[in-house]
Amino acid sequence: MPVLSATNLRKSYGELKVVAGVDISIEKGECFGLLGPNGAGKTTTLRLLLGLIEPDAGEIEMLGEPVPKQARRARLRVGVVPQMDNLDPDFTVHENFMTYGRYFGLRDAEIAARIPALLDFAGLTNRADAKIQALSGGMKRRLTLARALVNDPDLIFLDEPTTGLDPQARHLMWQGLRRLLSQGKTIILTTHFMEEAERLCDRLTILDRGHVIATGSPRALIAQHIEPSVMELYGEQVAGWGQQFGDQLCERHEVVGETLFCYSRDGEALTENLKTRPHLRYLHRPANLEDVFLKLTGRDLRD
Amino acid sequence: MTHYFHLPQLSLRFIPVWRRNYLVWRKLAIPSMLGNLADPMLYMLGLGFGLGSLLPDVAGVPYITFLAAGTIAYSTMNSATFEVLYSGFSRMHVQKTWDAIMNTPMTLDDVMLGELTWAASKSLLSGIAILLIIWVMGLQASFWMTLWIIPVVILIGFCFSGMGLVMNAISPSYDFFLYYFTLVITPMVLLCGVFFPVSQLPAWLQTVSSILPLTHAIDLVRPLMLGVTPNQAWLHVLVLLAYGAVGFYLALGLTRRRLLS
Repeated sequence: MPVLSATNLRKSYGELKVVAGVDISIEKGECFGLLGPNGAGKTTTLRLLLGLIEPDAGEIEMLGEPVPKQARRARLRVGVVPQMDNLDPDFTVHENFMTYGRYFGLRDAEIAARIPALLDFAGLTNRADAKIQALSGGMKRRLTLARALVNDPDLIFLDEPTTGLDPQARHLMWQGLRRLLSQGKTIILTTHFMEEAERLCDRLTILDRGHVIATGSPRALIAQHIEPSVMELYGEQVAGWGQQFGDQLCERHEVVGETLFCYSRDGEALTENLKTRPHLRYLHRPANLEDVFLKLTGRDLRD
Repeated sequence: MTHYFHLPQLSLRFIPVWRRNYLVWRKLAIPSMLGNLADPMLYMLGLGFGLGSLLPDVAGVPYITFLAAGTIAYSTMNSATFEVLYSGFSRMHVQKTWDAIMNTPMTLDDVMLGELTWAASKSLLSGIAILLIIWVMGLQASFWMTLWIIPVVILIGFCFSGMGLVMNAISPSYDFFLYYFTLVITPMVLLCGVFFPVSQLPAWLQTVSSILPLTHAIDLVRPLMLGVTPNQAWLHVLVLLAYGAVGFYLALGLTRRRLLS
């Protein structure tokens, strides 16, 4: 039985269909990604799944409870890391845990007993009495994650967990999430970083304009949509090169500004050709999730 | 639209929210109390002695005694109003504390009941602080009678917390609250009998005054200060309850629409 499932979920605001028939099913122990450009309906979908807003149509079941009807009961076993940190700035790290734990109806002694492990998890063992303002962005983010674990949840929601973090902080965050997965917890996360989704997610769904446009494991999605080898060529001459060799050497190619993307099964003939043109700068890399994402959702800005 | 206005679901789950606000307040209790109390106290002492020495007895008592009763009511009103407007808005809109709480098994109804009871509790402290000064100065007619002022202060706090939460629900920013002060709070301070008897006003202003909640608050507090049983006490109690309850109900519906849509 899935830990979290939604069928034909719909939510409109006026004429705008923000979530237009979304199906999601997440198994226990899975890390599930929800991807999509700005305005695709990711955050609204999360809020629907948490039972914070009522869907216009559709069924949701979370941890065996119907949502939104029994959302409160379901949320007893859920942890949430919101997009924007909303730690209590007037409290210390320790007080943040205590206060948040009480919202779950936990007794003070119970919460206090859990705090050392949570501090350790967040890498904040010596900062229990620190004020929130004194913490770095990465520390705050890890604390927000640790706070979401105060009730020892089975399912954890993360809305853009690493936005705004530097690479060190991001890697620490990823380590933390892997530890949770290895403990058997289930994770659902949204992200704009394809690399993050590719590294962490067992399966993911790409949303666009409220619709699911693809679902699968990162590897399967890449294999399904993109040729295995990608060559990126840079410079003013790429358009000319594309006209001359594009159809011959690439299975598919596209020019974006002064970059040419050449997708192929076997890059060897291509590499030979490029060796004879030292003035062309290029990057040869395997296909990745970002290629899938951009192919499916387009390159237009969504603001 | 209408489904945001279903009845509040009240339960004791609000207690952790109340406690959270209390714990924050405790850290800043002394400056917060001073800020809350200095203003009404200075008005009461400055006007009470300064203006009072130029005046004959007002409503049969020295002016400072008359003013003291009004000060309890208006200080309680101010304290409750500031708490739900500025502090409540910080928690709801700026710090997103309410969002954090609603990601747990708490609901918006729990959060807002916590805010309501917290603001009423905080304003109770303001009311009691003025009462303490009154006792120290011996302005009351009967000490035992003034003990009744304590439940009245709770009621006043409830009334203005409920009303203020409506403003919180519809406000885009802190600046918006100025309208509420200019159009609602300040007129009440001037028209409801804090500084002078309502009977001194022209008839049409007396009519306006009679529908304002602060008038009913003062109609309860002042007789108790003077050692007599308030006239039509139940009417005044009902009016204050009604303003608070309708305010809270409206505020909850409007806030549900704001945060849960």
